[in-house]
Amino acid sequence: MPREKIGKRYPPTTYAVGREKIREYALAAGFDHPLHHDLEAARRAGYADLLAPPMFVVVYCASAFQTALFDPELGIDFAHLVHGGQAFSWSVPVLAGDEITTTLTVKDVAERAGLRFDSFETVSVNQRGERTALGTWSTIIRGAEG
Amino acid sequence: MGVAAGEQLELRVTPDRYTTVRYAGASGDFNPIHVDEQFALSVGLPGRILHGLWSMAQVARAAATVADGDPLSLVELSVQFRGMGRPEQEIVLSGEVVAVADGLASVKLEARQGDVRLIRNAQAKLRLP
Repeated sequence: MPREKIGKRYPPTTYAVGREKIREYALAAGFDHPLHHDLEAARRAGYADLLAPPMFVVVYCASAFQTALFDPELGIDFAHLVHGGQAFSWSVPVLAGDEITTTLTVKDVAERAGLRFDSFETVSVNQRGERTALGTWSTIIRGAEG
Repeated sequence: MGVAAGEQLELRVTPDRYTTVRYAGASGDFNPIHVDEQFALSVGLPGRILHGLWSMAQVARAAATVADGDPLSLVELSVQFRGMGRPEQEIVLSGEVVAVADGLASVKLEARQGDVRLIRNAQAKLRLP
């Protein structure tokens, strides 16, 4: 179990937020508020473009999270991988046209009762350096050895 | 706004046959356990299962009802994933406002599908209008 990887930080990933991607995500996840779909409504409300639902964080962080999951140094066994928990806190709203840069850090690698528990932290900022979201991603690997 | 501690909330959502397919495309998570019935069965699942983060999004929707659905109201959300969700079966998201202070509501929630608890111990913080 690679406890020495706690604190490992990966190179940042950058995601360009597209207007149609916001609509596609909002439709798939059931966020039907006009600010996610209707450009005129968003502009009337004072936004330059469509507003992403807060949970859109999973879209712009996906690449950072996958980089860690596929890191051979962490040795994650996909066949037994379960998403155990997830936490987000949100700051500045995300709009279509933003570029969001996410940095992921390994926060913990632990073992209890034959299960391996990993946790990862993501910090996401927009093109002005303002934080948009902070995430904690917790995974469980069943049947881990040693 | 009259949101007060003790207020109950509920949202019912039924994922349709193709929800996991649309969500795979939207999120980029194409794990075959979500989109390929034969593959899911071959690894011992009851069939295709819902994405956990889709279910978390439904918790976010339910939580936002205490702030009139304002999409910017959600400040924090944490969840623990438990049972596996299935398409074409109703999910009941239920919650309770546990505290209101300084313009923020703290809400605890869970998601159930029949007898299966998909998400437990969800905690949300929302900025009230």
